[in-house]
Amino acid sequence: MPSPTPRLTIRHGRLIDPQNGRDEITDIVLEDGRVASIGPVDAPTGPVMDAEGCLVVPGLIDPHVHLREPGQEDKETIATGAASAVNGGFTTVCCMPNTNPTLDDEGRVEFVHQQARRAGLCNVFAVGAATKGRRGEELAEMALMAKAGAVAFSDDGCAVADAAVMDQALRYGAMTGLAFMQHCEDPRLGGGDMNAGTLATELGLKGWPAVAEALTFQRDVLLCAAQGYAPRYHAQHITAGGVVDLLRQARAAAAAAGHPGRISGEVSPHHLLLTEDACADYDTNAKMNPPLRTAADVAALVAGVADGTITVLATDHAPHTAEEKALEFSAAPYGIVGLDCALPLYVEALVHSGAIDWPRLIELMTATPAELCGLTSKGHLAVGADADVTVIDPDAAWTINVNDFASKARNCPFNGRAAKSRATATVVAGRVLLCREPQRLEGLEGSAPAADGPALAAVAAQA
Amino acid sequence: MSSDDRYPWDHRHLLSLADYSPQDIRHVLRTARGFESISTRSVKKAPALRGRVVANLFFEDSTRTSMSFQLAAQRLSADVLSFSGKGSSVSKGETLVDTARNIEAMGVDVMVVRHHHSGAAAKLAANVGCRVVNAGDGRHAHPTQGLLDLYTVAKRCGRLDTLDFSGLTVAIVGDIANSRVARSDLIGLKKLGAHVILVGPPTLLPKGFAELGAELSHDLDAVLPRVDVVNMLRVQFERLSGPAFPSTREYHAAYGLTAERLKRAKPEVVVMHPGPMNRGLEIDAAVADGPNSAILEQVSHGLAVRMAVLFLVATCG
Repeated sequence: MPSPTPRLTIRHGRLIDPQNGRDEITDIVLEDGRVASIGPVDAPTGPVMDAEGCLVVPGLIDPHVHLREPGQEDKETIATGAASAVNGGFTTVCCMPNTNPTLDDEGRVEFVHQQARRAGLCNVFAVGAATKGRRGEELAEMALMAKAGAVAFSDDGCAVADAAVMDQALRYGAMTGLAFMQHCEDPRLGGGDMNAGTLATELGLKGWPAVAEALTFQRDVLLCAAQGYAPRYHAQHITAGGVVDLLRQARAAAAAAGHPGRISGEVSPHHLLLTEDACADYDTNAKMNPPLRTAADVAALVAGVADGTITVLATDHAPHTAEEKALEFSAAPYGIVGLDCALPLYVEALVHSGAIDWPRLIELMTATPAELCGLTSKGHLAVGADADVTVIDPDAAWTINVNDFASKARNCPFNGRAAKSRATATVVAGRVLLCREPQRLEGLEGSAPAADGPALAAVAAQA
Repeated sequence: MSSDDRYPWDHRHLLSLADYSPQDIRHVLRTARGFESISTRSVKKAPALRGRVVANLFFEDSTRTSMSFQLAAQRLSADVLSFSGKGSSVSKGETLVDTARNIEAMGVDVMVVRHHHSGAAAKLAANVGCRVVNAGDGRHAHPTQGLLDLYTVAKRCGRLDTLDFSGLTVAIVGDIANSRVARSDLIGLKKLGAHVILVGPPTLLPKGFAELGAELSHDLDAVLPRVDVVNMLRVQFERLSGPAFPSTREYHAAYGLTAERLKRAKPEVVVMHPGPMNRGLEIDAAVADGPNSAILEQVSHGLAVRMAVLFLVATCG
């Protein structure tokens, strides 16, 4: 990253730092890439951002994105993905290893981090593959990748299918202290076009039943228990109400065994807001893996967030080209982009619905993903923490428009949806990368920060 | 040419029978009845679509359906283009939509499409300006087969004047899960008032069909005495994924329509099959070629029904 700004004071905002139990209107001073102080500042020196009416929170963290580089730069690059993150208020993202080649050795992990530095936007950390080539056969060089800065392991895109390989991956990976993030899907039972059920039958599309998710999850929980909960295990993008129940039981069992928090799960915005009905017109932007399920599943996922069973929010940002998504439903690739518009979708599904309050939402987007990825200086705003800050206008009313995204991709079923709340400024390592309302910023020297997604896309294009 | 020129026909496409009302379906069948006589004339041609172009795009193997559509269009004096080839499923190759737009640019009025992906016909209709007739898309729909099956049931069961199937029970037997014919037949038969029983092993009979209005059974012997029509589906080995049944021997023992098994049914039961048949597997030759069989009539009716569909969509609006 370029050198951090010398000093930035963000004033008069509602500072929410769940990890440190803080929720008050106050000022925060960032200096040399760190949080320098918190508390009222009467006469600030240096640049000042007025955050009145806004929430000032630790920089949002997304532990599950696909940035496609290396190998599929026509879909997204690390730079454009990072720009998309900044546009959505994220200061840190963790990218999955299903690139070409796979992120399965330390050189490729270093490549990701180097490209992120070159882009100079948000923090990008690599999640290393658990097995070589994500083939589920031989362990990847987990320890070397951990040393190179990988923050977790995953074969995301598919599960480690073989129980013996999974047992070894958990056992060996636990030595590094990093989490294992599992894409829970039995490969033979899953893999269909959409949720298995009446609609799939009617449409003539292959079904991907919820039990295929539950089987892999429950197998993994049994392996973790058999290993005395030494592994830190995390279930990615949970979709099924039945798996929420299994996760609730597994977390209780781990806690009862003296290992609370060793098992966790995440949910994505689309699974909180959409059902399989979105597939009815063969809209390929409703084709996901794991798939959109039923209204009962959506309700169970929201309840799972509300009662503390699901503790991490993740977009599963999955960019694809327009050409690929223009294919027939069965031939089109899985996934949608999420970073640019995730925040108001979470807010709609979880805060406006009354399931949780703002501080808890912020916790699920900062402290808990930081814990998952071992990022101790991120996800909170104690003095000395990294100067990653997101300023959110909770009342901003706007309409999601894919053409305003900073991502290269446009595959998003939420285009045209009314949104309320938005990241109005994104600060990474003390640098203001996005500020939608320039009048809030005074005294900043040099060029003004980007004011919207297209401006961030232009920054990424120059990286 | 239509049996009722005052009927307010407003469908530019035929993608699925789900999009048609019972009255729409009856109108197609009545129109088909009017066209049926053309096939018995010495000059088997009517000028209804003279100067129009029908393009048959078959991205999946087909013999009888493509020939039937071709002849149907020719009998209406349309010019016919035929294309057959394996469909695209590669991301960088020419897509289905590209292919269709290129062919449309030659001045096509109606596009008949068969494709191995469910939803392909709907995708085409959304991306071209001409009329689209679905000739089978993946497991989803095969509406002209549904219509010709309705026509055959109507004719054999004496319902051609009313086109009301109340009181009729129709069994559809076999690989329901992978069958677009079963889906289109179910929708059409329900719309005309028939009771439909889907029969097959649980691995080929998804429970969702019950919510779509069918009775489900795994026991063909128990169902046969109750039915007026039994429609035997082809086991589609090319679409089966995984072990749906243990062996063809066991399948034949449970679901094969043998002459012996047919004795359980009413004497006048109508036996149908959409073809191509696996003789000796789902149906025995003695039954397929026997007096209860309407299998070749289905093919003849297909011609009249497809003429009706092409005429109605081409001249709509």
